[in-house]
Amino acid sequence: MRVSIICAVVVAAVPMVASAQDRNAGRNMAASCAMCHGTDGRGATGYQPLAGMAKDELVRKLNGFRSGATPATVMHQISKGYTDQQIQLIAEYFSAQKK
Amino acid sequence: MNRTFDRRDFLKLTGAAAALAAAGCASTSPKARVVVIGGGFGGATAAKYIRMWDPSIEVVMVERADAFISCPISNLVLAGYKSMANITHRHDGLQRYGVQVVRDEATAVDAAKRVVRLARGGDLAYDRLIVAPGIDFMFNELPAYQSAMSAGRVLHAWKAGEQTVALRRQLEQMKDGGVYVLSVPLAPYRCPPGPYERASLVAGYFKKAKPRSKVLVLDANPDVTSKGPLFKKAWADLYKGILEYRGNAKAIDVDVRTGSVKLEVEDVKGDVLNVVPPQRAGDIAVKAGLITANNRWCGIDWRTMESTAVKGVHVLGDATLSAPLMPKSGSMANQHAKICAAAVIALINGQQPDAGPKIANTCYSYVSDNEAIHVASVHTWNEKDKTLTTVPGSGGVSSARSELEGAYAWAWAVNIWQDVLG
Repeated sequence: MRVSIICAVVVAAVPMVASAQDRNAGRNMAASCAMCHGTDGRGATGYQPLAGMAKDELVRKLNGFRSGATPATVMHQISKGYTDQQIQLIAEYFSAQKK
Repeated sequence: MNRTFDRRDFLKLTGAAAALAAAGCASTSPKARVVVIGGGFGGATAAKYIRMWDPSIEVVMVERADAFISCPISNLVLAGYKSMANITHRHDGLQRYGVQVVRDEATAVDAAKRVVRLARGGDLAYDRLIVAPGIDFMFNELPAYQSAMSAGRVLHAWKAGEQTVALRRQLEQMKDGGVYVLSVPLAPYRCPPGPYERASLVAGYFKKAKPRSKVLVLDANPDVTSKGPLFKKAWADLYKGILEYRGNAKAIDVDVRTGSVKLEVEDVKGDVLNVVPPQRAGDIAVKAGLITANNRWCGIDWRTMESTAVKGVHVLGDATLSAPLMPKSGSMANQHAKICAAAVIALINGQQPDAGPKIANTCYSYVSDNEAIHVASVHTWNEKDKTLTTVPGSGGVSSARSELEGAYAWAWAVNIWQDVLG
C-alpha cells in the first residue's frame, strides 16, 4: 500500500505539458537511423558512425546526398524524405551524443 | 495509475509474474508498468527504447522463445551461406537497459482490468500494453496443409527456427534434377521481397551444388510484388534455366499423396514443397480483440501505435493493418517500436505525443551469395489521410544489384539486431 501512495504522488506531480513533440523531435527522427547506424549512432558495423559528429558536418553530408552531389546507394533516397529543419534537428541530436 | 498498483497488490500471482511483482513493486516505485508481448523486431525494440528514454518506467517483456531467431538472413541459411547460429540471438542484452524478460506465453488480455494472463500461471498487470505478436498462419485456407506439415511433407519456413533447419535439410537431401516449389500467398504477407530472395538464393545453391535441379515459384500475385525488375534481371542473368516464375498461380491446397501443390486449374508436383500460407496478426492479437480489418490485421493510430479497438493497448509490426506502401518488415517493426516508445513515454508522463512522427525503412534482399538490392522509403504522418504516407520524391530501389549492397545488407542485419536487442 505504501507503494500505491508513492505511485499516486508521482503521477499527480507530473504536470500536463503541451507537447513532447518539440523537445524530442530530433531524438525521435534520429532513432530511425539506428537500424543501420547503431543505437544513438554508435557501435555500428560497416556504416558511418553518427554519434558525436559535428552538426554542420552531418548537415553538409545529408544535403550532399539530397542534392545528388554525393553518390550513394540508399542515402540519396532517404535524405529526400526530410526537410531542412528536420535535417538540422537530426544533426543536432547526433552531435550531442557521446562518440 | 494508482488503481492499477492497488489492484496488482490484490492479484494472485504465481511463478515469474509473482517474482516480478515482488521485485518491481517492493524495492522501487516505478512511475508505471509497460508490458510488452513479443520479443521480436518490434517488441524488443520498444522495450529497450522505453527504458533508454525513460528509466522511471518499468518494462516487462513476455517472450515464449528462448532466443530471437531472425527471419532476415534466414534465406541465406537455407542456401547454406550462413548458419542458424548467425541468426539466433539471446535477449540478455535487454537486461542492461533494465528490461525484465519473462520467459512465458501470454494467453489472454483483459483490457478492462489491464492484465495479461500467462500460460504458466499468474496475471501481469499493466498501465500500457504493447502487443508485438508477428504473424500466424491461416492454415484453414489450405485444408490438407496442417496434416502435411505435421508429416514434414510441406514447410513454410516463414517463421525462422525449426522449419528453417528442416527446409535446409530437405534441400540438401533433394536429388540433383529435383524440383523445389515455392508458393507465395496473395499480398499482404510478411516481408514482400522475402519469397523472391528465397527463390534467388535456393537457385544459387542449386546452380553450384545440384545444377540439374529447378526452382519453381508459384505466385498467387499477378507479378513479383517487390523490386520486380531487379529480381527478374538477376534471375535472367544468374539463374536462367534453373528458376521459373509463374504469376497468378494461387495455391488452394497441398496433396501429400502425389507430392503436389494444388492450384485452381492444375496440380504442380515438386520434390520439396515450400508453401507459404496466407497470414494474419498473431493469435494473441485475435484473443485480445485487436483485429479490426478483414479478420486479419490490427488497426492503429499511427501517431501512437495505439489500437483503434482497445484503449491502452499498442500494436507493432507485421500484425498492424499496414499503412499505404508500408511493407511488413523487421525494419518497419523496429521503426514502429520507436514511434510507440516515444508515445507511451509521453502519455505516461501526461504529455502530448509527437503529432507528426516520421520513420524510414530500408529492406535489403540478397540475389546471390554476395550481391544484394534494396527498397527504401520514408513514411510521415498525413493529417488529411490520418495515416502514415510516403514522402513524395523520397525512397526508391537500387539502380542495380551489387556486392557493395551485399556488404551493406549483412551490416544492416548485424546493426539492427544490436539496435533491437541491446
